[in-house]
Amino acid sequence: MPDILSPDCVGLVTPQTQKFTTPLKLDCGRTLPSYELVYETYGTLNKNQTNAVLICHALSGDHHAAGYYSMQDKKPGWWETCIGPGKPIDTNRFFVVSLNNLGGCQGSTGPTAVNPETGKPYGPDFPIITVRDWVKTQARLGDVLGISQWAAVIGGSLGGMQAMQWAIDYPKHLQHSIVIAAAPKLSAQNIAFNEVARQAILSDPEFHEGHYYQHDTIPHRGLMLARMLGHITYLSEDSMRKKFGRELRQGKLNFGFDVEFQVESYLRHQGRSFVDRFDANTYLLMTKALDYFDPASEHDGNLSAALSKVLAKFLVISFTSDWRFSPTRSREIVKALLANKKPVSYAEIKAYEGHDAFLMPIPHYIQIFKTYMQQIKI
Amino acid sequence: MELRTDLALISDWIAKGSHLLDLGCGDGTLLAHLRDTCQTTGYGLEIDDDNIARCIKAGVNVIHADLNKGISDFSNDSFDYVIMTQAIQNIHRPDLVLLEMLRVGRQGIVTFPNFGHWRARFSLLFFGVMPSSHALPSEWYNTENIHLCTVRDFEKLCYQLDIEILQRAAVDVEHRTRWPMRWMANLFGEIALYRLRSKPVKRIFPK
Repeated sequence: MPDILSPDCVGLVTPQTQKFTTPLKLDCGRTLPSYELVYETYGTLNKNQTNAVLICHALSGDHHAAGYYSMQDKKPGWWETCIGPGKPIDTNRFFVVSLNNLGGCQGSTGPTAVNPETGKPYGPDFPIITVRDWVKTQARLGDVLGISQWAAVIGGSLGGMQAMQWAIDYPKHLQHSIVIAAAPKLSAQNIAFNEVARQAILSDPEFHEGHYYQHDTIPHRGLMLARMLGHITYLSEDSMRKKFGRELRQGKLNFGFDVEFQVESYLRHQGRSFVDRFDANTYLLMTKALDYFDPASEHDGNLSAALSKVLAKFLVISFTSDWRFSPTRSREIVKALLANKKPVSYAEIKAYEGHDAFLMPIPHYIQIFKTYMQQIKI
Repeated sequence: MELRTDLALISDWIAKGSHLLDLGCGDGTLLAHLRDTCQTTGYGLEIDDDNIARCIKAGVNVIHADLNKGISDFSNDSFDYVIMTQAIQNIHRPDLVLLEMLRVGRQGIVTFPNFGHWRARFSLLFFGVMPSSHALPSEWYNTENIHLCTVRDFEKLCYQLDIEILQRAAVDVEHRTRWPMRWMANLFGEIALYRLRSKPVKRIFPK
């Protein structure tokens, strides 16, 4: 809880909801007749609408990227380190839009929303959403806000994939695409991690094939396990050693299976608090969107061909200790852009924090990100 | 901004509208200058984080890369010129990098501090110590210059690698060029500049 708001914080913010009644044809073949997107904005849109920046969130993110809802809030938005006055995404200069993606569970239409056809929550019947579907809905939100071209579309991890898809699908509608700690597609290892997470949820007896809302329960064990596994992959061995080492909670071994090591306690806490704020069906959907993302697949696996028509300038950033989406994966994106002679800059940031580094105030990361944002002409 | 004379000389060598790759591009001064004066496009490769930020500030496309790990991300003949200014002496295998430069680019431009300069010879001959000079300010134990060479060494390597020298210049550390440097580059040139390309016909037998 902040006693006073720091001058580089966007301050108190309020989410807004936009209803869309134009049916949305999805990649999976199904159509959503109507849907809602919840979003936040920071900063002011200029007269010529040239300073808008779109933030795309990652797997478990949402629209609340910066600021606080009230002075009683314990935590600010998830990307407070990068959004605010004087920060890389400088709200004195840019008008920032951050939304909860379709299929999410923080207010945008998703599995927890009521299906108008049945009067019950969608649950497992909510259609599978792809990154391309998200980008389409984000473009519609841009239309409503009067933004014909984004100064930049920015995202980390799964958000970076959206920033990339934007440049492919709407080349004229963004100036810059900023792709952080992302990959052009998941590796078999990545998909394997997602599958274990999904199996944890699907095999929880409380899952009830996704209809747990009707049974007035949630698959908390499965979702907790999924999050614990995910969390391990977001950290590096180094960051775990630094954070926990082999520290024991009670200072001695108890020869049992209760929590003994600090890292166990941390993971259980992360898992438990995630269950309170996240929906299991949404988690399943988000991991599928990750698995399916592969813009090169429409070009016989040729990423250069997929990126041949992009017009946006790219900034690609990776982190040395990120093994979930390693620098090698970011370099695949860079290489495909180089082959097309497209404008791109690439920075590989020395960091021990693993995949989570993109959320951290790492000086060189912030410096490079900020410098890039400053030279964007608005 | 005043441009280093070796960089100014290079810009005379480059055709307008060329696509360039600058290996070890530093703060991006050369690429920014060439973009503004010769309408060039391209990328700089750089390893230092602060320099990467400086390049971005100058609006230069910069790719974080370690030259010692090669430039295999680039395909054959994808650039008009591949440039390397005063970096060859820091590289583990200058010979391999030279060949890579001319694989990726149609021409290469290389500049380096000339170890054959009379002052370097003088300090070794009369004082018996490793030379350090304006162009080579570090001491032998902390220098990053691990592969120093002379004008003659460099030209010998080019001959061995079937690299054709299209143009050569020698300047002093103030980057002026005077008649003694043109006359005896290896003795009077502090910094040597070369424009290179692969010989069109490769030898059948290695030298």
